[in-house]
Amino acid sequence: MSTATLQGAVSDRREGLALRLQGIRKSYGHVIAADGIDLEVREGEFFTLLGPSGSGKTTLLRLIAGFERPDSGRIELGGRDVTTLPPNARETNTVFQDYALFPHMSVADNIGYGLKVKGVPRGRRRERVGRALKMVRLEGLEHRRPNQLSGGQRQRVALARAVINEPEVLLLDEPLGALDLKLRQEMQIELKNIQKEVGITFVYVTHDQEEALTMSDRMAVMAGGRLQQIGPPIEVYEQPANEFVAGFIGISNVLDRDGKRLVVRPEKLLLLEESEPAEPGMSVEPGVVEQVVYVGMITRFTVRLDHGELLVAVRQNMHAPGRAQGFEGRRVRLAWSPDHAYVLKTGTTGEEK
Amino acid sequence: MLLLALPLGWFVVIYLASLVLLLITSFWSIDAFTTEIVQVWNLDNFQTILTNETYRTIIFRTVWMAARVTLIDAAIAFPFAYFMARVASRRTQTLLFAAVLLPLWASYLARLYSWILILNHSGVLNWSMQSIGLPAPNIGYSETAMLVVFCYIWLPFMIIPTYAAMERVPESLIEAAHDLGARGWRTTLDVVLPLAMPGVVAGSIFTFSLTLGDYITPILIGPGTSFIGNVVYSNIGIANNVPFAAALATVPVAIMAVYLLVARRLGAFEAL
Repeated sequence: MSTATLQGAVSDRREGLALRLQGIRKSYGHVIAADGIDLEVREGEFFTLLGPSGSGKTTLLRLIAGFERPDSGRIELGGRDVTTLPPNARETNTVFQDYALFPHMSVADNIGYGLKVKGVPRGRRRERVGRALKMVRLEGLEHRRPNQLSGGQRQRVALARAVINEPEVLLLDEPLGALDLKLRQEMQIELKNIQKEVGITFVYVTHDQEEALTMSDRMAVMAGGRLQQIGPPIEVYEQPANEFVAGFIGISNVLDRDGKRLVVRPEKLLLLEESEPAEPGMSVEPGVVEQVVYVGMITRFTVRLDHGELLVAVRQNMHAPGRAQGFEGRRVRLAWSPDHAYVLKTGTTGEEK
Repeated sequence: MLLLALPLGWFVVIYLASLVLLLITSFWSIDAFTTEIVQVWNLDNFQTILTNETYRTIIFRTVWMAARVTLIDAAIAFPFAYFMARVASRRTQTLLFAAVLLPLWASYLARLYSWILILNHSGVLNWSMQSIGLPAPNIGYSETAMLVVFCYIWLPFMIIPTYAAMERVPESLIEAAHDLGARGWRTTLDVVLPLAMPGVVAGSIFTFSLTLGDYITPILIGPGTSFIGNVVYSNIGIANNVPFAAALATVPVAIMAVYLLVARRLGAFEAL
């Protein structure tokens, strides 16, 4: 894909919204998959929809692509109302979870299919397919069939097949779900780089919080067909909107103190042995270590506070990691700075069930 | 293992052994006076089949009929199977399935006789065409009648494998084609048709071979022209020339052997 043409195309357009959803509702029988969704995604943004399975995130993606029609609400792409348009008339392209590559076509024919349908002449098509192959580093494999490729390679073909059409919004449905951890981490970086290079708006669906946190410009956390919180990863992690978000992203330590509900992230809890003094101004509470788990980079301590809550604290394995094993059953104190205890708004619990 | 060995042994003995016997017999001949089989190896039967104009015509006529039946059935089965697999609701699907399979439960002969009643001079077809003011087609006991009946009789064998292949085309591939800009018709042509093709080829094995070997439909429905099966039949029953019948019977076997090889290359066996 040529960076020049794509960025040209993007900057020509008036700065604005790539996608706008207004009051989207969709239900299947009694199951409400989208319950009044309002969402705006900006041009060139890497936007992630994060949620557990059954939260409605894939339904939302399928509504944007046009595979499903909303019961009510409005979908706009680049300022144009597309609510009633079929998928072939929308400027979106999808990278499917199972890749959905055409098994009877070569890699090059798969990638070039969208252009062929649009009637792009053969010569220009070949040239653009060549560039797309280069972008996803699959040069030399254009004559292979999909079943002759590895999982990671198929994933790249699926990506190239979608990106080559230069859609207004590229939709990705858990595209890395089928890959093993190592490959997934590589592809996360690569996807992000490609997105920056081509400047296309990405709407990315995943249930993997790490993926969401590392790749997104902004993300939305979904549960029960509703958006729980929308914001940049740092905001969502550091200032979760409600207990669901706090619990779904990272480990949440929730405390009830003075009629408030507080969240303190594990890495912000300081584990003090009985003799160690706490810094002035910190909140300190005593407890007993119930479990110590060595996780390589860190050691995870589960501490039962005398107040009753079970909290998780982590410590980097900088010095003498072996010593931590002896902590089980020992009395300790947990200390945290009041700045790091984020107060949850009450009455906004995520799921209604 | 034993459970499998028994039917397998049966299959080898009955089916393959009789094929081998057929082949051996085809190289023998009969004594013209006594009509006793003379067990002397010769190629006379094959020479007669290849050089005699009559037999060449019969073979050509049979193959041509089988080819037309196959093409027509494929043309009917494709949209039918497409509707069944991709458009119809679950309920309609079940009803259509029953409609396709039900005729197979009725006797082959019963179905042929009902076609005679439909197609003959004073039959339902002529009568209903005339009653709406159109000329009577009058196709009873003709080549066309045979073509119609063959297509009808073997159609289920084409629909079922085509349907099975189409059912197996993942929904996501069709969505992917739509997503990439293809409309419904284009998607059918570019994605569904090529992926259902092995099923059509698998179905064509049935329609082609069944037509190739049939001798009852030509007798009951046709104008009296002979097909390979009829000549084989008359050589066993009337002329009592079993070696010649055997030689002629190897012709469809050979044709089918070639056909199956081609079908395998087209991936038809994965579709069964």
